Amino acid sequence: MSDGITRRETLAAIAAMALAGPLELAEAQHVHQATAADAKAAGGMYTPKALTRHEFDSLRALCDVIVPGASKGNAAEFIDLLSSQNPEMAAIYTGGLAWLDEAMKRGYSTDFLTARAEDRTAMLDKLASRRNNNPDLAAGARFFYWTRRMAVDAYYTSAAGIKELGYMGNKGMTEFKVPKNALDYALKRS
Amino acid sequence: MGMPQVMRSAPVADVVIIGSGAGGGTVTKVLADLGVSVTLLEAGPMLHPEKDFKEHMWPYQVPHRGSGEGGASYFGRARPFGWFSAHAGGWELAGEPYTVAEGSKFRWFRSRIVGGRTNHYGRISLRYADYDFKPHSRDGIGTDWPISYEDISPYYDKAERFIGVTGSKEGLRSAPDGIFQPCPPPRVHEALIKKASDKLGIPCVANRLAVITKPTNGRAACHYCGQCGRGCISASNYSSAQVQVFPAMKTGRVNLITNAMARELITDSEGKVTAVSYIDRITRTEKQVKCRTVVLAASCCESTRLLLNSKSSRHSNGLGNSSGAVGRYLTDNTGFGMSASIPALRGMPHHDSDGMGGAHLYMPWWLWDKKLDFPRGYHIELGGGYGMPQIGTFGSVLEREDGYGESLKKAIYEDYGTHVSFAGRGEMIPNEDTYCEIDPDVVDKWGIPVLKFHFKWTEAELKQVEHMEKTFTDIIQTMGGTVTARPGPASEKISTGGEIIHEVGSIRMGDDPKRAPLNKYCQSHDVKNLFVADAAPFVSNPDKNPTLTICALAWRTAEYLAEEMRKGNV
Repeated sequence: MSDGITRRETLAAIAAMALAGPLELAEAQHVHQATAADAKAAGGMYTPKALTRHEFDSLRALCDVIVPGASKGNAAEFIDLLSSQNPEMAAIYTGGLAWLDEAMKRGYSTDFLTARAEDRTAMLDKLASRRNNNPDLAAGARFFYWTRRMAVDAYYTSAAGIKELGYMGNKGMTEFKVPKNALDYALKRS
Repeated sequence: MGMPQVMRSAPVADVVIIGSGAGGGTVTKVLADLGVSVTLLEAGPMLHPEKDFKEHMWPYQVPHRGSGEGGASYFGRARPFGWFSAHAGGWELAGEPYTVAEGSKFRWFRSRIVGGRTNHYGRISLRYADYDFKPHSRDGIGTDWPISYEDISPYYDKAERFIGVTGSKEGLRSAPDGIFQPCPPPRVHEALIKKASDKLGIPCVANRLAVITKPTNGRAACHYCGQCGRGCISASNYSSAQVQVFPAMKTGRVNLITNAMARELITDSEGKVTAVSYIDRITRTEKQVKCRTVVLAASCCESTRLLLNSKSSRHSNGLGNSSGAVGRYLTDNTGFGMSASIPALRGMPHHDSDGMGGAHLYMPWWLWDKKLDFPRGYHIELGGGYGMPQIGTFGSVLEREDGYGESLKKAIYEDYGTHVSFAGRGEMIPNEDTYCEIDPDVVDKWGIPVLKFHFKWTEAELKQVEHMEKTFTDIIQTMGGTVTARPGPASEKISTGGEIIHEVGSIRMGDDPKRAPLNKYCQSHDVKNLFVADAAPFVSNPDKNPTLTICALAWRTAEYLAEEMRKGNV
């Protein structure tokens, strides 16, 4: 687990503070910053555990097409790590990436990683559409389903994705208030 | 397994309490305060909130982001209630099976740790109404409790005052008012739900949660992070471990034995309990603790199992079971849910909507005096808001949208925080086909025979769920949302038995020893030094979550027990 001393200390401090009196907002924000710093410290250059370098780089590129910015959310690292713990998942990704490279070579004479952006999207458009029932693409569509699902999860559970989404909680506050502009906005429209 | 390690000189505990959840925690606290020494047996390990609870943790602080080792949640093996939840248990425990009769479906959630299921439960704290205690007198169905609202009301007061419960005085007969702490204001989506329910004539009031909004008994007020289910390090919500067991231990009158899996109650020739036999899970040896009295609070079904497994020549049917009713009358609450995206919430300025770890409003039952095509009723729990993104949060968007790239991100952004959800929790009437018994063919890894469940919903519950579906549809449509009708009968939409985790009734109270195992003080009719303090004594399972009533009833039982001990009657 990557939550280290910092988070634990912070939580202990919160518990102590909370007993002493109301939680100050500045202190509450400190939790947020401390936990974010924890995550940053755990970063650095990643060595693939389940995938080959080519597979990993291809997956990272694919995730970035499906969810632009997914690499900022370490989507490929997330998938590779879980695959290293789970042969069933590893098979989905190694098999799927091999299928994709094959299909790209057949259609565009290049693998996915080195393909032009328009060739990549031409292929993904075919895989993404659920109206497309071409049995030749079924394996690829299934792989696309997995990658899209896990890239979305990885991005929106990352610091970058959470920020982009605008989740503003996990802070703690002394009093729960509802912003009037938000309340007015929704009530007026309901 | 070794021989029982009982020394002749082993001390005799005044009271052995089996289980440290809501019932056992309450009895421990009340007895310790009254000067009674107790030995508390807990099947699971010690709880260390500051280490065990995952409060305030971001998903990216754990490499699997909450999907579990190897991405377990992607393969249908998600940890119940999410990886960050505070419980130490699940629907299945390795080496500790239960069986389900052919044709039945039942799920049993067990949490083996100090505090049990109170570590992660929903904190909803509702008093039963006066009429809930007299169901048979009211509509001719079921059985009346041997006690009335007036008998338990002072104990609701004590429990609420000590635990701390939010709420507002409403004067509704179906939802008696209590001792309330202020409830924080409704979130935006909750205000919209209330606007719609006002139009429909459905009451929508401040929620009654075991969360303190003012410092109480040395516990800090809620800091509104919305994560009660992960466990609260500052004990700003109720968990029996933090609020009752740990403080009681400071009196020096509590001997807590963890990893002690109760196996059997040992009786003497007069039929009184003299000792509790348990398996020390660490050493896998059997041990015994001698006692003057015993209080079962292992959870409704686990206490039932213990009595049925405590057979002797004198008690061939199981202990305290001359009535034959132990295991019978088991019920759960009904459950049904619906959700929808609400257009009025789209594009709203984002803000921190965490709040308490649960809704700030709820809908108590409102048709108690109306003639309907089903007996009894249900209450409605609400969901929504800008929750912390988790694995699977955007599953419904992915189901709806084919795309990828910026268009997918836009769809996700626009969808986020626009959903509301409704969950009905209603009364189930005890029926002949729903009960638990010992499965003679199966033992767990400790050698203890396991429970076999029989479960059946009847028309009463299915009609109720149909009513829920219509009500939720009305509310969602009044809010401007769209409901995609789910085809199929109510029997396919109602929760699986046990799934709501409100099992009650299998060691019921009653004045007639031929019909009920316990008297009106939750004391065994057959075995005077045996008491039950979880939800097993309940005679009905009203449309209210049982935990507050477990606490109130256990408080009453503990006071009665202390007085009987003082008088020398037990």
